[in-house]
Amino acid sequence: MWIYVLKRLLQGIVTVWFIATATFFAMHNVPGDPLLNDRAVSEAIRINLEAKYGLDQPIGTQYLIYLGNLVQGDFGISFTQENREVNDIIREHFPISAILGVLAVVFAAAGGILFGALTAIYRNRLPDYIIMLLVILGISVPSFVIAALSQLTLVTLNSAVGATILPVAGWGTILHMLVPALVLGLGTMAYLTRLMRSSMLEVVNSDFVRTAKAKGVPPARIFTKHQLRNAILPVITVLGPSIAAITTGGFVVELVFAIPGLGRYFVQAVQQLDYTVIMGTTVFYGAFLVFMVILVDLLYGFIDPRVKLEK
Amino acid sequence: MTDISSIDFTPLRGYREVQAISRPSLSYWQDAWIRLKANKRALASLYIVMALAFFTLFGPTICTGIWCFDPALQDLDQVSKPPGTSRAALIVDDYQPWAGDRFVIDEGLRLGEPATTQAVRLQWNALPGANGHRVYRNIFPVGPELAYGIPLAEFFDNDTLFFEDRLDLRPGRYYYSVVPLGVRGELLQGYQMIEVEVLRVTTLREALERGLVEESADVKVGDQINLAWHPLGTDYLGRDMLARLMAGARVSLFIGVGAPFLFILFGVVFGSMAGFIGGRTDQLMMRFADFVVALPFLLFMILFKIAFGVGPGESGVFPMLVALVVLMWPATARLVRGQILQIREQGYISASQLLGAKTNYLILRHMIPNTLGVVLVTITFAIPNAIFIEAFLSFIGMGVAPPTPSWGSMSNEGIKTMLTTPHELIFPSLFISITVLALNLLGDGLRDALDAKMRNTE
Repeated sequence: MWIYVLKRLLQGIVTVWFIATATFFAMHNVPGDPLLNDRAVSEAIRINLEAKYGLDQPIGTQYLIYLGNLVQGDFGISFTQENREVNDIIREHFPISAILGVLAVVFAAAGGILFGALTAIYRNRLPDYIIMLLVILGISVPSFVIAALSQLTLVTLNSAVGATILPVAGWGTILHMLVPALVLGLGTMAYLTRLMRSSMLEVVNSDFVRTAKAKGVPPARIFTKHQLRNAILPVITVLGPSIAAITTGGFVVELVFAIPGLGRYFVQAVQQLDYTVIMGTTVFYGAFLVFMVILVDLLYGFIDPRVKLEK
Repeated sequence: MTDISSIDFTPLRGYREVQAISRPSLSYWQDAWIRLKANKRALASLYIVMALAFFTLFGPTICTGIWCFDPALQDLDQVSKPPGTSRAALIVDDYQPWAGDRFVIDEGLRLGEPATTQAVRLQWNALPGANGHRVYRNIFPVGPELAYGIPLAEFFDNDTLFFEDRLDLRPGRYYYSVVPLGVRGELLQGYQMIEVEVLRVTTLREALERGLVEESADVKVGDQINLAWHPLGTDYLGRDMLARLMAGARVSLFIGVGAPFLFILFGVVFGSMAGFIGGRTDQLMMRFADFVVALPFLLFMILFKIAFGVGPGESGVFPMLVALVVLMWPATARLVRGQILQIREQGYISASQLLGAKTNYLILRHMIPNTLGVVLVTITFAIPNAIFIEAFLSFIGMGVAPPTPSWGSMSNEGIKTMLTTPHELIFPSLFISITVLALNLLGDGLRDALDAKMRNTE
């Protein structure tokens, strides 16, 4: 068991190293010189920067310096925002993205499991049709459209009531988080609902459910203990990749709802060619996603004893 | 034993062939087609997909008397015009400079001349206590919170008591206000407001230049003509929405169809090789695929774009394609490998081998045709996914940049004017949604028709 965990962690570290390397060489291929910006960099700063990153050295040495800094957790200093370390940017803005993401995952998982189970139980009846129609819409409409439409709805709602029931944009209170998290989780919720429905359908008519019924187990207990618990497993497997989808989907939601999360900073940095911020956030996001997937895989082993982790 | 001769037997009359084939034999694809045809949703989606292909391929060749494909042409008389609204315009004289009518004595803020989209001419008397005036324009009346709107002009004396507004005028209602200024230029109480209905006009010269009226036609000042027709309205720069949607479809569908075909092709080759060779090579190849799966794919997509030297604000259709292909193949490779491994153990393969089939024959005749169904289903689900990714990237400004239209970038532009002119957002996002919806439903239908295993579980 522990050997497996160690192996996965090692694999994760290699992946992160690969991401870091790819990021480094990709950034090196970017045309233009960060030191020959529109805003002229003074001689002293240029010499300092060259010394810090070894910019006057061959690329191999630069790469080693970069890796050394990375291992020590130093992502460098922003090129466009004065006196701001990339670490500070991540420390300040990642928690916001993380809260939003966690809320979205909770929405998506809870909604997906509940609706999926409902559609399977009410198969080919009205609730099934209604939910599946919504699911198809959720899969087919891009998240930015849903975000924009929900903003529009909020504006009309607020102006109709004459007071701010739910804020349209911004960040701060729990009320600010609800709608963006819901929008962010919607696509994943639709996907999970579909998955849950098919896995629940398989379970609904299985032998052990029939046996439980024959024994006289109350329906509520059959639903929670026998059906839900068995049907939920495939949903948990895809939860890891879903977290990745939700994190990257967060870029759009953060842009539309003006939330000061890390995704917005990443997009901004790419648009402004802020080298260190791009590299730092990419490596950070990459590491986060890789270890998230590993974590979910490990959890899966605990939840389903049939899955042997040692293989 | 008794003797039996032929007389003991009577032939059966109305002989019936016991082992007749009651239905014609169907190939896999014929069977799939019949199943697909029975599925109404999938069939409707197939028609929608065909209509979209037609729209993309032949739309840009349309040029008839009433509507011509030109996604770059700006119709500045009809900016941000929703579809179906009036396009009538009055013909007026060419623009003449105006210096106010000084000597007319009247009261308060008034129009010097009828307001048109050419110019709104305002005139007023010096307000009480004013050392000058500032002119504002708004689309709402000034309320108790004194929101005057955009400041248009400032005069620091009481000599100039007229103003001509020619700034980006659209047909509709405007509220102009004049606010008195104090000695130091501060705003004083006692503004005056006027409601102005602006009429859409055009000059004869312009109408002729744009071909709105024919040279020979007898049109004079004061006549009413119809401006160019835009079936789906225009965007914020006065460009025809339908033309841009057609041009954008080419970009969106190029990525959406091109990338999946390429990466699925690669995935099929990679996966079938791994599955067929097996052993250590298979292990190694699959570890590599796992590795690519672990890469955070959106971040890498953006990095690819940067690495290709496509800066922000430039269109990177090609890097987007490459990034999609490089990062999306492993899922297909895994799937195909699994299929190949399964097929390899089937009885008919052994039978074929016993009959002396060579490797090439096995692959071409048995392996590939049998995985084709799964691959086809993967393609139909990969296309909407790729369209989504294109739209998403263009939306955050990392994909297709203006002036190249794509459905994603059009939505991005439309979202800015969502509250005033929603049609600029609705149409491109509707096209994305319908395309993705149709392809998803078609994929579901194909899966049901082609994949016997999936069919039984549902």
